[in-house]
Amino acid sequence: MDYNKVLNPTVTGLKPSGIRRFFDIAEEMDNVISLGVGEPDFLTPWHIREAGIASLESGKTRYTANKGLKVLREEIAKYNKRRFGLTYDPNTEVLVTVGGSEAIDGAIRALVSPGDEVLIPEPSFVCYDPITKLSGGIPVGIPTKAENNFRLTAEELKNAITDKTKVLIMPFPNNPTGAIMEREDLEAIAEVLEGTDIMVISDEIYAELTYGGKTHVSFASIGNMAERTVVIGGFSKTYSMTGWRLGYACGPEPILTQMTKIHQFAIMSAPTTAQYAAIEALRYGANDIEQMLDEYDSRRKMIVHGFNKLGLTCFEPEGAFYSFPCIKSTGMTSEEFCEKLLYSKHVALVPGSAFGASGEGYVRASYCYSIDHIKTALEKVGEFLEELKNA
Amino acid sequence: MNIKLLKLLSQNARYDLSDLAVMAGLTEDEAKKEIAEMEKEGLIRGYKAVIDWERLDSAKVSALIELKVTPQSDFGFEALAEKIAKYGEVESVYLMSGGFDFCVMVKGKTFQEVAMFVAKKLAPMSGVVSTATHFVLRRYKELDVVLCEGTGDDRGRMSL
Repeated sequence: MDYNKVLNPTVTGLKPSGIRRFFDIAEEMDNVISLGVGEPDFLTPWHIREAGIASLESGKTRYTANKGLKVLREEIAKYNKRRFGLTYDPNTEVLVTVGGSEAIDGAIRALVSPGDEVLIPEPSFVCYDPITKLSGGIPVGIPTKAENNFRLTAEELKNAITDKTKVLIMPFPNNPTGAIMEREDLEAIAEVLEGTDIMVISDEIYAELTYGGKTHVSFASIGNMAERTVVIGGFSKTYSMTGWRLGYACGPEPILTQMTKIHQFAIMSAPTTAQYAAIEALRYGANDIEQMLDEYDSRRKMIVHGFNKLGLTCFEPEGAFYSFPCIKSTGMTSEEFCEKLLYSKHVALVPGSAFGASGEGYVRASYCYSIDHIKTALEKVGEFLEELKNA
Repeated sequence: MNIKLLKLLSQNARYDLSDLAVMAGLTEDEAKKEIAEMEKEGLIRGYKAVIDWERLDSAKVSALIELKVTPQSDFGFEALAEKIAKYGEVESVYLMSGGFDFCVMVKGKTFQEVAMFVAKKLAPMSGVVSTATHFVLRRYKELDVVLCEGTGDDRGRMSL
Protein backbone atom coordinates (compact mmCIF):
# COMPACT_ATOMS: atom_id res chain seq x y z
CA MET A 1 0.00 0.00 0.00
CA ASP A 2 1.26 3.46 -0.79
CA TYR A 3 0.77 5.15 2.53
CA ASN A 4 1.84 8.48 1.11
CA LYS A 5 -1.46 8.52 -0.74
CA VAL A 6 -3.55 7.89 2.36
CA LEU A 7 -1.79 9.98 4.95
CA ASN A 8 -2.70 13.59 5.59
CA PRO A 9 -0.11 15.69 3.73
CA THR A 10 -0.24 18.38 6.41
CA VAL A 11 0.90 15.78 8.93
CA THR A 12 3.48 14.09 6.74
CA GLY A 13 4.76 17.55 5.90
CA LEU A 14 5.58 18.31 9.55
CA LYS A 15 9.28 18.02 10.14
CA PRO A 16 9.93 15.33 12.70
CA SER A 17 11.77 17.16 15.41
CA GLY A 18 15.15 17.57 13.67
CA ILE A 19 16.81 16.46 16.79
CA ARG A 20 15.32 13.00 16.92
CA ARG A 21 18.37 11.28 15.43
CA PHE A 22 20.68 12.96 17.93
CA PHE A 23 18.38 12.01 20.79
CA ASP A 24 18.38 8.39 19.66
CA ILE A 25 22.17 8.29 19.72
CA ALA A 26 22.19 9.72 23.25
CA GLU A 27 19.63 7.19 24.46
CA GLU A 28 21.61 4.27 23.04
CA MET A 29 25.03 5.29 24.31
CA ASP A 30 26.46 3.95 27.60
CA ASN A 31 27.49 6.10 30.55
CA VAL A 32 26.00 9.30 29.28
CA ILE A 33 26.05 12.31 31.58
CA SER A 34 22.99 14.14 30.43
CA LEU A 35 21.94 17.72 30.98
CA GLY A 36 19.34 17.10 28.32
CA VAL A 37 15.98 16.64 29.97
CA GLY A 38 13.16 19.09 30.34
CA GLU A 39 11.64 17.69 33.50
CA PRO A 40 12.39 17.90 37.21
CA ASP A 41 14.57 15.27 38.85
CA PHE A 42 12.47 15.56 42.01
CA LEU A 43 9.69 13.08 42.46
CA THR A 44 6.19 14.41 43.05
CA PRO A 45 6.03 15.39 46.75
CA TRP A 46 4.72 12.46 48.75
CA HIS A 47 1.58 14.13 50.11
CA ILE A 48 0.51 14.85 46.54
CA ARG A 49 1.16 11.28 45.44
CA GLU A 50 -0.75 10.13 48.51
CA ALA A 51 -3.76 12.20 47.51
CA GLY A 52 -3.73 10.44 44.13
CA ILE A 53 -3.49 7.04 45.81
CA ALA A 54 -6.26 7.90 48.26
CA SER A 55 -8.54 8.86 45.38
CA LEU A 56 -7.97 5.44 43.81
CA GLU A 57 -8.60 3.70 47.12
CA SER A 58 -11.88 5.49 47.52
CA GLY A 59 -12.91 4.41 44.05
CA LYS A 60 -12.52 7.63 42.08
CA THR A 61 -11.88 5.77 38.86
CA ARG A 62 -14.46 7.29 36.53
CA TYR A 63 -14.51 10.24 34.13
CA THR A 64 -14.82 13.64 35.69
CA ALA A 65 -16.83 16.52 34.24
CA ASN A 66 -15.42 17.42 30.80
CA LYS A 67 -13.98 20.65 32.12
CA GLY A 68 -12.43 18.91 35.11
CA LEU A 69 -13.53 18.48 38.72
CA LYS A 70 -15.37 21.53 39.95
CA VAL A 71 -13.30 21.63 43.15
CA LEU A 72 -10.10 21.61 41.11
CA ARG A 73 -11.33 24.40 38.83
CA GLU A 74 -12.20 26.41 41.93
CA GLU A 75 -8.72 25.83 43.36
CA ILE A 76 -7.15 26.84 40.03
CA ALA A 77 -9.18 30.05 40.00
CA LYS A 78 -8.21 30.81 43.62
CA TYR A 79 -4.58 30.10 42.91
CA ASN A 80 -4.49 32.42 39.91
CA LYS A 81 -6.17 35.09 41.97
CA ARG A 82 -3.76 34.93 44.89
CA ARG A 83 -0.57 34.40 42.87
CA PHE A 84 -1.13 36.59 39.81
CA GLY A 85 -4.15 38.71 40.57
CA LEU A 86 -6.20 37.09 37.79
CA THR A 87 -9.95 36.68 38.07
CA TYR A 88 -11.53 33.67 36.39
CA ASP A 89 -14.93 32.10 36.85
CA PRO A 90 -14.26 28.44 37.64
CA ASN A 91 -17.50 27.45 35.93
CA THR A 92 -16.92 29.07 32.57
CA GLU A 93 -13.34 30.28 32.29
CA VAL A 94 -11.21 27.35 33.46
CA LEU A 95 -10.53 24.11 31.61
CA VAL A 96 -8.48 21.24 33.04
CA THR A 97 -6.39 19.59 30.33
CA VAL A 98 -3.99 16.75 29.71
CA GLY A 99 -0.86 18.74 30.47
CA GLY A 100 -0.15 22.27 29.34
CA SER A 101 0.42 20.76 25.90
CA GLU A 102 -3.23 19.93 25.35
CA ALA A 103 -4.21 23.41 26.51
CA ILE A 104 -1.85 24.94 23.92
CA ASP A 105 -3.23 22.65 21.24
CA GLY A 106 -6.82 23.49 22.15
CA ALA A 107 -6.18 27.22 22.28
CA ILE A 108 -4.50 27.28 18.88
CA ARG A 109 -7.20 25.12 17.33
CA ALA A 110 -9.95 27.29 18.80
CA LEU A 111 -8.41 30.48 17.44
CA VAL A 112 -6.50 29.73 14.25
CA SER A 113 -8.15 29.32 10.83
CA PRO A 114 -6.33 28.44 7.61
CA GLY A 115 -4.14 31.31 6.47
CA ASP A 116 -3.93 32.97 9.91
CA GLU A 117 -0.47 33.91 11.08
CA VAL A 118 0.75 32.89 14.51
CA LEU A 119 3.67 34.85 15.93
CA ILE A 120 6.11 32.70 17.86
CA PRO A 121 9.04 34.29 19.69
CA GLU A 122 12.05 32.03 19.26
CA PRO A 123 13.95 30.19 20.55
CA SER A 124 11.05 28.48 22.26
CA PHE A 125 9.42 25.16 22.97
CA VAL A 126 8.83 23.16 19.82
CA CYS A 127 5.08 22.54 19.75
CA TYR A 128 3.64 25.89 18.65
CA ASP A 129 4.85 25.63 15.06
CA PRO A 130 3.49 22.16 14.18
CA ILE A 131 0.19 22.70 16.00
CA THR A 132 -0.32 25.93 14.09
CA LYS A 133 0.29 24.09 10.82
CA LEU A 134 -2.24 21.40 11.76
CA SER A 135 -4.82 24.17 11.94
CA GLY A 136 -3.75 25.45 8.53
CA GLY A 137 -2.14 28.46 10.17
CA ILE A 138 1.18 29.97 9.26
CA PRO A 139 3.81 30.04 12.00
CA VAL A 140 5.91 33.20 11.94
CA GLY A 141 9.00 33.11 14.11
CA ILE A 142 10.20 36.25 15.87
CA PRO A 143 13.86 35.80 16.79
CA THR A 144 14.64 37.16 20.25
CA LYS A 145 18.16 38.33 20.95
CA ALA A 146 20.79 37.62 23.57
CA GLU A 147 21.46 41.35 23.92
CA ASN A 148 17.83 41.80 25.02
CA ASN A 149 18.16 38.88 27.45
CA PHE A 150 16.01 36.91 25.00
CA ARG A 151 12.98 39.00 25.86
CA LEU A 152 10.46 39.95 23.20
CA THR A 153 10.58 43.67 22.44
CA ALA A 154 7.71 45.85 21.26
CA GLU A 155 9.74 46.78 18.18
CA GLU A 156 10.27 43.14 17.19
CA LEU A 157 6.58 42.46 17.67
CA LYS A 158 5.50 45.49 15.64
CA ASN A 159 7.71 44.46 12.75
CA ALA A 160 6.21 40.99 12.68
CA ILE A 161 2.55 42.00 12.67
CA THR A 162 0.67 41.86 9.37
CA ASP A 163 -3.05 42.05 8.60
CA LYS A 164 -3.09 38.25 8.80
CA THR A 165 -1.72 38.07 12.33
CA LYS A 166 -4.18 36.21 14.53
CA VAL A 167 -2.28 35.00 17.57
CA LEU A 168 0.83 35.90 19.51
CA ILE A 169 2.38 33.14 21.59
CA MET A 170 4.03 34.40 24.77
CA PRO A 171 6.34 31.60 25.93
CA PHE A 172 7.73 33.07 29.16
CA PRO A 173 9.45 32.06 31.43
CA ASN A 174 11.12 30.53 28.44
CA ASN A 175 12.27 27.07 27.53
CA PRO A 176 15.15 26.94 26.40
CA THR A 177 16.62 30.35 27.25
CA GLY A 178 15.37 30.84 30.81
CA ALA A 179 14.30 34.37 29.86
CA ILE A 180 11.45 36.05 31.68
CA MET A 181 9.34 39.10 30.82
CA GLU A 182 9.00 41.70 33.55
CA ARG A 183 6.02 43.97 34.02
CA GLU A 184 7.38 46.85 31.92
CA ASP A 185 8.33 44.45 29.11
CA LEU A 186 4.79 43.10 29.10
CA GLU A 187 3.31 46.58 29.21
CA ALA A 188 5.24 47.50 26.07
CA ILE A 189 3.87 44.41 24.32
CA ALA A 190 0.35 45.19 25.54
CA GLU A 191 0.60 48.67 24.09
CA VAL A 192 1.31 47.24 20.65
CA LEU A 193 -1.65 44.89 20.87
CA GLU A 194 -4.10 47.44 22.26
CA GLY A 195 -6.79 48.17 19.70
CA THR A 196 -5.96 45.16 17.50
CA ASP A 197 -7.78 41.82 17.30
CA ILE A 198 -4.61 39.86 17.93
CA MET A 199 -5.11 37.17 20.54
CA VAL A 200 -2.47 35.99 22.98
CA ILE A 201 -1.71 32.47 24.15
CA SER A 202 0.48 32.99 27.18
CA ASP A 203 2.28 29.77 28.01
CA GLU A 204 3.09 30.31 31.67
CA ILE A 205 3.88 26.72 32.56
CA TYR A 206 7.09 27.81 34.33
CA ALA A 207 5.40 30.66 36.22
CA GLU A 208 6.46 29.41 39.64
CA LEU A 209 10.09 29.01 38.63
CA THR A 210 11.61 32.46 38.71
CA TYR A 211 14.74 33.52 40.55
CA GLY A 212 16.58 36.37 42.13
CA GLY A 213 13.51 37.78 43.85
CA LYS A 214 11.67 38.28 40.55
CA THR A 215 8.12 37.02 40.68
CA HIS A 216 6.27 36.06 37.56
CA VAL A 217 3.85 38.58 36.10
CA SER A 218 1.05 37.09 34.03
CA PHE A 219 0.39 38.74 30.70
CA ALA A 220 -3.32 38.58 31.45
CA SER A 221 -2.81 40.84 34.47
CA ILE A 222 -1.59 43.74 32.32
CA GLY A 223 -4.18 46.44 31.60
CA ASN A 224 -7.17 44.87 29.90
CA MET A 225 -5.14 42.14 28.20
CA ALA A 226 -7.18 39.44 29.97
CA GLU A 227 -9.92 39.83 27.33
CA ARG A 228 -7.54 38.64 24.58
CA THR A 229 -5.41 36.19 26.55
CA VAL A 230 -5.57 32.49 27.17
CA VAL A 231 -3.25 31.64 30.05
CA ILE A 232 -1.72 28.16 30.01
CA GLY A 233 -0.66 26.67 33.33
CA GLY A 234 0.10 23.25 34.67
CA PHE A 235 1.39 21.00 37.37
CA SER A 236 4.29 19.24 35.64
CA LYS A 237 7.08 21.71 36.27
CA THR A 238 5.70 23.36 39.38
CA TYR A 239 5.08 20.25 41.44
CA SER A 240 7.29 17.77 39.59
CA MET A 241 4.24 16.04 38.16
CA THR A 242 5.25 15.52 34.53
CA GLY A 243 3.97 11.96 34.36
CA TRP A 244 0.54 12.80 35.76
CA ARG A 245 -0.28 14.77 32.61
CA LEU A 246 -2.24 17.66 33.99
CA GLY A 247 -2.51 21.28 33.00
CA TYR A 248 -5.11 23.92 32.44
CA ALA A 249 -6.21 26.90 30.42
CA CYS A 250 -7.87 30.04 31.76
CA GLY A 251 -9.37 32.71 29.57
CA PRO A 252 -12.46 34.54 28.34
CA GLU A 253 -15.61 32.45 28.34
CA PRO A 254 -16.27 32.56 24.56
CA ILE A 255 -12.84 31.06 23.85
CA LEU A 256 -12.92 28.58 26.72
CA THR A 257 -16.34 27.36 25.60
CA GLN A 258 -14.91 26.43 22.20
CA MET A 259 -11.80 24.91 23.76
CA THR A 260 -13.98 22.84 26.05
CA LYS A 261 -15.83 21.54 23.00
CA ILE A 262 -12.59 20.40 21.37
CA HIS A 263 -11.45 18.87 24.67
CA GLN A 264 -14.78 17.09 25.11
CA PHE A 265 -14.58 15.43 21.69
CA ALA A 266 -10.85 14.69 21.61
CA ILE A 267 -10.06 13.89 25.22
CA MET A 268 -13.28 13.55 27.23
CA SER A 269 -11.70 14.56 30.54
CA ALA A 270 -8.24 14.81 32.05
CA PRO A 271 -6.98 11.88 34.19
CA THR A 272 -9.10 11.62 37.32
CA THR A 273 -6.33 10.47 39.66
CA ALA A 274 -4.15 13.37 38.57
CA GLN A 275 -6.98 15.82 39.20
CA TYR A 276 -7.38 14.69 42.80
CA ALA A 277 -3.62 14.93 43.33
CA ALA A 278 -3.65 18.41 41.82
CA ILE A 279 -6.22 19.64 44.35
CA GLU A 280 -3.81 18.64 47.12
CA ALA A 281 -0.94 20.33 45.27
CA LEU A 282 -2.76 23.66 44.96
CA ARG A 283 -3.99 23.60 48.55
CA TYR A 284 -0.88 22.42 50.35
CA GLY A 285 1.99 22.52 47.88
CA ALA A 286 3.39 26.03 48.40
CA ASN A 287 6.11 24.72 50.68
CA ASP A 288 7.22 22.14 48.13
CA ILE A 289 7.60 24.84 45.51
CA GLU A 290 9.70 26.93 47.86
CA GLN A 291 12.04 24.03 48.61
CA MET A 292 12.48 22.99 45.00
CA LEU A 293 12.96 26.57 43.91
CA ASP A 294 15.72 27.05 46.45
CA GLU A 295 17.47 23.95 45.17
CA TYR A 296 17.08 24.98 41.50
CA ASP A 297 18.50 28.37 42.35
CA SER A 298 21.69 26.86 43.80
CA ARG A 299 22.09 24.72 40.69
CA ARG A 300 21.34 27.64 38.41
CA LYS A 301 24.13 29.66 39.94
CA MET A 302 26.53 26.74 39.69
CA ILE A 303 25.82 26.01 36.05
CA VAL A 304 25.88 29.64 34.89
CA HIS A 305 29.11 30.28 36.77
CA GLY A 306 30.55 27.05 35.37
CA PHE A 307 29.81 27.84 31.71
CA ASN A 308 31.03 31.40 32.01
CA LYS A 309 34.24 30.17 33.59
CA LEU A 310 34.74 27.83 30.66
CA GLY A 311 34.38 30.76 28.30
CA LEU A 312 30.95 29.75 27.04
CA THR A 313 29.17 33.00 27.78
CA CYS A 314 25.97 32.29 29.59
CA PHE A 315 23.30 34.91 30.06
CA GLU A 316 21.75 34.68 33.51
CA PRO A 317 18.49 32.80 33.19
CA GLU A 318 15.81 34.17 35.50
CA GLY A 319 13.15 31.55 34.97
CA ALA A 320 12.43 27.87 34.20
CA PHE A 321 15.30 25.42 34.77
CA TYR A 322 17.56 25.85 31.77
CA SER A 323 20.78 27.62 31.01
CA PHE A 324 21.55 28.66 27.45
CA PRO A 325 25.30 29.15 26.99
CA CYS A 326 26.70 30.54 23.74
CA ILE A 327 29.06 28.24 21.88
CA LYS A 328 29.85 30.54 18.96
CA SER A 329 33.46 30.90 20.19
CA THR A 330 34.08 27.28 19.15
CA GLY A 331 33.21 28.07 15.54
CA MET A 332 30.86 25.09 15.44
CA THR A 333 27.14 24.94 14.83
CA SER A 334 25.20 23.98 17.93
CA GLU A 335 24.40 20.58 16.45
CA GLU A 336 28.04 19.89 15.63
CA PHE A 337 29.05 20.97 19.12
CA CYS A 338 26.50 18.74 20.80
CA GLU A 339 27.26 15.74 18.63
CA LYS A 340 31.03 15.98 19.11
CA LEU A 341 30.62 16.55 22.83
CA LEU A 342 28.39 13.51 23.06
CA TYR A 343 30.77 11.25 21.15
CA SER A 344 33.96 12.40 22.82
CA LYS A 345 32.80 13.04 26.41
CA HIS A 346 29.40 11.37 26.59
CA VAL A 347 27.82 14.59 27.79
CA ALA A 348 24.39 15.29 26.34
CA LEU A 349 23.21 18.85 25.74
CA VAL A 350 20.46 19.99 23.39
CA PRO A 351 21.46 22.10 20.36
CA GLY A 352 19.85 25.53 20.53
CA SER A 353 18.82 25.19 16.90
CA ALA A 354 16.26 22.59 17.98
CA PHE A 355 14.22 25.51 19.36
CA GLY A 356 14.17 27.61 16.21
CA ALA A 357 16.77 29.06 13.88
CA SER A 358 17.64 31.86 16.30
CA GLY A 359 18.83 29.26 18.81
CA GLU A 360 21.79 28.54 16.53
CA GLY A 361 25.06 29.24 18.30
CA TYR A 362 23.67 28.20 21.69
CA VAL A 363 23.09 24.99 23.58
CA ARG A 364 20.52 24.19 26.22
CA ALA A 365 21.79 22.74 29.47
CA SER A 366 19.10 21.80 31.94
CA TYR A 367 19.84 22.04 35.63
CA CYS A 368 17.31 19.47 36.72
CA TYR A 369 20.22 17.51 38.11
CA SER A 370 22.16 17.22 41.34
CA ILE A 371 25.06 19.58 42.00
CA ASP A 372 27.53 16.70 41.69
CA HIS A 373 26.06 15.68 38.35
CA ILE A 374 26.23 19.24 37.06
CA LYS A 375 29.83 19.59 38.22
CA THR A 376 30.88 16.38 36.51
CA ALA A 377 29.21 17.44 33.28
CA LEU A 378 30.88 20.86 33.41
CA GLU A 379 34.29 19.25 33.98
CA LYS A 380 33.77 17.10 30.90
CA VAL A 381 32.73 20.09 28.82
CA GLY A 382 35.90 21.80 30.04
CA GLU A 383 38.02 18.85 28.92
CA PHE A 384 36.26 18.91 25.57
CA LEU A 385 36.98 22.60 25.04
CA GLU A 386 40.62 22.08 26.05
CA GLU A 387 40.98 19.31 23.50
CA LEU A 388 39.42 21.51 20.82
CA LYS A 389 41.98 24.21 21.50
CA ASN A 390 44.84 21.76 21.28
CA ALA A 391 43.55 20.01 18.19
CA MET B 1 24.43 34.94 59.64
CA ASN B 2 23.65 33.56 56.20
CA ILE B 3 20.61 31.31 55.89
CA LYS B 4 21.44 30.20 52.36
CA LEU B 5 24.88 28.99 53.47
CA LEU B 6 23.34 27.17 56.41
CA LYS B 7 20.85 25.44 54.13
CA LEU B 8 23.58 24.42 51.71
CA LEU B 9 25.83 23.13 54.49
CA SER B 10 22.98 21.19 56.04
CA GLN B 11 22.46 19.50 52.66
CA ASN B 12 26.11 18.73 52.17
CA ALA B 13 28.79 19.94 54.55
CA ARG B 14 31.45 18.84 52.11
CA TYR B 15 30.66 21.24 49.29
CA ASP B 16 33.85 22.99 48.18
CA LEU B 17 34.13 26.51 49.49
CA SER B 18 34.20 27.81 45.91
CA ASP B 19 30.93 26.02 45.10
CA LEU B 20 29.29 27.20 48.30
CA ALA B 21 30.25 30.74 47.42
CA VAL B 22 28.76 30.48 43.91
CA MET B 23 25.53 28.94 45.12
CA ALA B 24 25.10 31.48 47.88
CA GLY B 25 25.97 34.35 45.57
CA LEU B 26 29.06 35.36 47.59
CA THR B 27 32.77 35.64 46.92
CA GLU B 28 34.92 32.89 48.36
CA ASP B 29 36.33 35.22 50.95
CA GLU B 30 32.89 36.33 52.05
CA ALA B 31 31.67 32.76 52.31
CA LYS B 32 34.71 31.74 54.30
CA LYS B 33 34.25 34.64 56.68
CA GLU B 34 30.51 33.99 57.11
CA ILE B 35 31.10 30.34 57.90
CA ALA B 36 33.89 31.12 60.36
CA GLU B 37 31.62 33.60 62.11
CA MET B 38 28.73 31.18 62.33
CA GLU B 39 31.07 28.58 63.76
CA LYS B 40 32.40 31.04 66.29
CA GLU B 41 28.90 32.11 67.33
CA GLY B 42 28.01 28.49 67.86
CA LEU B 43 25.34 28.57 65.17
CA ILE B 44 27.21 25.83 63.35
CA ARG B 45 28.09 23.22 65.95
CA GLY B 46 29.84 20.59 63.86
CA TYR B 47 30.01 18.66 60.59
CA LYS B 48 29.29 14.95 60.48
CA ALA B 49 28.86 12.29 57.84
CA VAL B 50 25.56 10.43 57.53
CA ILE B 51 26.64 6.81 57.84
CA ASP B 52 24.64 3.70 57.18
CA TRP B 53 26.11 1.73 60.08
CA GLU B 54 23.91 -1.24 59.39
CA ARG B 55 26.14 -2.15 56.48
CA LEU B 56 28.87 -3.03 58.95
CA ASP B 57 28.99 -6.27 60.96
CA SER B 58 30.00 -4.26 63.98
CA ALA B 59 26.84 -2.17 63.71
CA LYS B 60 25.97 -0.08 66.71
CA VAL B 61 22.78 -0.49 68.64
CA SER B 62 20.70 2.47 69.56
CA ALA B 63 17.60 3.06 71.55
CA LEU B 64 15.13 5.79 72.26
CA ILE B 65 14.54 6.13 75.99
CA GLU B 66 11.45 7.82 77.31
CA LEU B 67 12.19 9.43 80.64
CA LYS B 68 9.63 10.74 83.06
CA VAL B 69 11.18 13.05 85.61
CA THR B 70 10.28 15.34 88.48
CA PRO B 71 11.39 18.85 87.68
CA GLN B 72 13.64 20.28 90.36
CA SER B 73 12.35 23.30 92.14
CA ASP B 74 15.26 25.58 91.34
CA PHE B 75 16.39 24.39 87.95
CA GLY B 76 13.30 22.91 86.31
CA PHE B 77 14.41 20.42 83.69
CA GLU B 78 17.71 22.06 82.84
CA ALA B 79 20.04 20.60 85.46
CA LEU B 80 18.90 17.06 84.87
CA ALA B 81 19.09 17.41 81.09
CA GLU B 82 22.62 18.72 81.30
CA LYS B 83 23.62 15.84 83.54
CA ILE B 84 22.14 13.27 81.14
CA ALA B 85 23.88 14.92 78.20
CA LYS B 86 27.28 14.40 79.83
CA TYR B 87 27.28 10.65 79.19
CA GLY B 88 29.20 9.55 76.11
CA GLU B 89 26.52 6.91 75.48
CA VAL B 90 23.92 9.62 74.98
CA GLU B 91 23.60 10.87 71.39
CA SER B 92 20.86 13.39 71.97
CA VAL B 93 18.53 14.67 74.64
CA TYR B 94 15.26 16.44 73.93
CA LEU B 95 12.62 17.89 76.22
CA MET B 96 9.29 16.67 74.92
CA SER B 97 5.64 17.58 75.07
CA GLY B 98 3.15 14.80 75.72
CA GLY B 99 3.29 11.61 77.77
CA PHE B 100 6.90 11.79 78.93
CA ASP B 101 9.50 14.48 79.56
CA PHE B 102 12.84 13.61 78.00
CA CYS B 103 13.59 11.70 74.85
CA VAL B 104 17.14 10.33 75.16
CA MET B 105 18.86 8.63 72.23
CA VAL B 106 21.42 6.17 73.53
CA LYS B 107 23.97 4.16 71.55
CA GLY B 108 26.06 1.14 72.48
CA LYS B 109 27.76 -1.93 71.04
CA THR B 110 25.07 -4.38 72.08
CA PHE B 111 21.49 -4.39 73.31
CA GLN B 112 22.87 -5.55 76.62
CA GLU B 113 25.19 -2.59 76.90
CA VAL B 114 22.40 -0.11 76.21
CA ALA B 115 20.05 -1.85 78.61
CA MET B 116 22.67 -1.81 81.35
CA PHE B 117 23.35 1.88 80.78
CA VAL B 118 19.68 2.64 81.25
CA ALA B 119 19.39 0.41 84.32
CA LYS B 120 22.58 1.56 86.02
CA LYS B 121 22.92 5.19 85.00
CA LEU B 122 19.66 6.74 83.84
CA ALA B 123 17.03 5.00 85.94
CA PRO B 124 18.68 5.60 89.33
CA MET B 125 19.32 9.32 88.73
CA SER B 126 17.59 11.47 91.26
CA GLY B 127 14.57 13.10 89.68
CA VAL B 128 14.00 10.26 87.20
CA VAL B 129 10.62 8.69 87.86
CA SER B 130 10.49 6.05 85.12
CA THR B 131 12.12 4.90 81.90
CA ALA B 132 10.88 3.06 78.83
CA THR B 133 13.44 1.72 76.37
CA HIS B 134 12.67 1.33 72.65
CA PHE B 135 15.44 -0.25 70.58
CA VAL B 136 15.93 0.85 67.01
CA LEU B 137 15.56 -2.19 64.77
CA ARG B 138 16.18 -0.66 61.37
CA ARG B 139 16.94 2.76 59.96
CA TYR B 140 15.14 3.80 56.80
CA LYS B 141 15.91 7.50 56.78
CA GLU B 142 18.58 9.34 58.71
CA LEU B 143 18.99 13.12 58.81
CA ASP B 144 16.97 13.59 55.59
CA VAL B 145 18.88 10.85 53.80
CA VAL B 146 16.83 7.86 52.69
CA LEU B 147 18.82 4.70 53.43
CA CYS B 148 16.65 2.16 51.63
CA GLU B 149 16.89 1.72 47.86
CA GLY B 150 15.36 4.55 45.86
CA THR B 151 13.96 4.44 42.35
CA GLY B 152 16.97 6.13 40.73
CA ASP B 153 16.75 8.43 37.75
CA ASP B 154 14.33 6.83 35.32
CA ARG B 155 14.00 9.86 33.09
CA GLY B 156 15.06 9.56 29.48
CA ARG B 157 18.30 11.30 28.60
CA MET B 158 16.83 13.90 26.32
CA SER B 159 13.52 15.69 26.11
CA LEU B 160 12.53 19.10 24.87
